[in-house]
Amino acid sequence: MDIFDIIGPVMIGPSSSHTAGAARIGRAARGLMDDEIAKAVITLSGSFARTYRGHGTDRALIAGLMGMAVDDIRLRDSLELAKTAGLSYEFRLEDIPDAHPNTAVLELTGVHGGRLSMRACSVGGGAIRVEKLNGMSVSFSGQLDTLVICHTDEPGVIANVSSLIAALNVNIATMQVFRRSAGGDAVMVIETDNAPDQESVNMIRRLRGIRTANLLRRL
Amino acid sequence: MRDYTTIQELVNLANEKGGFFEAVLDNYAEDADARGAAVRRMTDSLNVMRDSIKEGLNPDARSMSGRVGGQAAKLLAAVRAGKTFGGNVLGAAGAYALAAAECNACMGRIVAAPTAGACGVLPAALFAAQEEKGYTDEQLVRALFTAAGFGKVIALRSGISGAEGGCQAECGSASAMAAAALCDLAGGTPEACADAAGFAGMNLLGLVCDPVEGLVEVPCVYRNIVGVANAVCAANLALSGVGLIMPADEVIDAMRRVGRQLPASLRETGEGGCAACRLNETGRK
Repeated sequence: MDIFDIIGPVMIGPSSSHTAGAARIGRAARGLMDDEIAKAVITLSGSFARTYRGHGTDRALIAGLMGMAVDDIRLRDSLELAKTAGLSYEFRLEDIPDAHPNTAVLELTGVHGGRLSMRACSVGGGAIRVEKLNGMSVSFSGQLDTLVICHTDEPGVIANVSSLIAALNVNIATMQVFRRSAGGDAVMVIETDNAPDQESVNMIRRLRGIRTANLLRRL
Repeated sequence: MRDYTTIQELVNLANEKGGFFEAVLDNYAEDADARGAAVRRMTDSLNVMRDSIKEGLNPDARSMSGRVGGQAAKLLAAVRAGKTFGGNVLGAAGAYALAAAECNACMGRIVAAPTAGACGVLPAALFAAQEEKGYTDEQLVRALFTAAGFGKVIALRSGISGAEGGCQAECGSASAMAAAALCDLAGGTPEACADAAGFAGMNLLGLVCDPVEGLVEVPCVYRNIVGVANAVCAANLALSGVGLIMPADEVIDAMRRVGRQLPASLRETGEGGCAACRLNETGRK
């Protein structure tokens, strides 16, 4: 917690959890999508489902998907702007059992057929937690520059990624690995102190066993 | 760079370094470049605060539900026309607090301080004080660092979310931060500033969070007015030399305990308190 968490964030109202947090969730999904987003189906659960209109949660999520920051004044017109930009969206309300009260599930489709499914919750003060990625359980906040790497669960993949990162002189703050099943889909979530550049991310993409690699800039 | 987790430690640091501004800034950043950047960032925040009051004074603005917006303009006009109590300064402070809070409710740009729901308290205190005493923007920025230091301790020791601690954690914390900032602006000692924060926290202890329909509108925007009025009164008490009979840290600990004792229906669930009231026709539309 630093003083700019107390005097801040600068944000579009009315709610840090229901508006600023929602915008950050949208931005995280955009950062993890490999394709330009054409369509978003967003399921809202709990308090998000009950109060989303009055809090502009829908506008904030779409604004985030369009790349707007939490203090971007265009956030309040995002639904109209999305139509102009050719981004179609649909909101569904559903109570997801045992989910955090402020949970959203985003199903994205890209213009080139790319797909992303992400579940995240807004945990207070504008902070978020991504909980699921393409069906796999994960846990990260986007408060640091974060590498999210989908790969095959096989020997050597993690070692190759971490040695490449070491060679790039990027310091790993935290690293987590999640997998669906042994030898199946897996995802590495690496939070870094100094973000690698896009070329480095491309180098990671070319490593054996890597399916996608995205750098989520500090939200 | 010594950290502080209590008001006492913060007061000690302020006494050593020559003020809260120096103490909070030194703790935040070690090198001169980072300090300069922090002061610029805080100056930007002050400007957003000022703009949020301006935008909130738009008489035509309406919130999503239509229940708030445009009311600060009405209140300020009444104050300026001499129709209200408390003189121009306290009256204007209330109108400014309402304005920033309405700006928030109408999806305008605000600075959460410490939260979006309580975003009117601190700006209202600072800009009303500037009008009355002629403080420079630079002085207000320094006071924001003071407020941030107090807010950080409150956040660490007690919490600043309505869902955890009720409105006392939001408008109560903002009021304590504003009281300390005002006392500091007026030249109060670090100990007096701590007392000001303690008085403010004490006076709003137990305030519940009961938003109608769960929205950051009613009673939130009006409680911002109470927050700034309370901050002015608490700062006045401390500046007069009336001492608080307990350390401010004890008051903050009491805020945490009381917050936990509040039933869930009074912690931002939109169930109890005002949220359970039958609305009149103005409220239903």
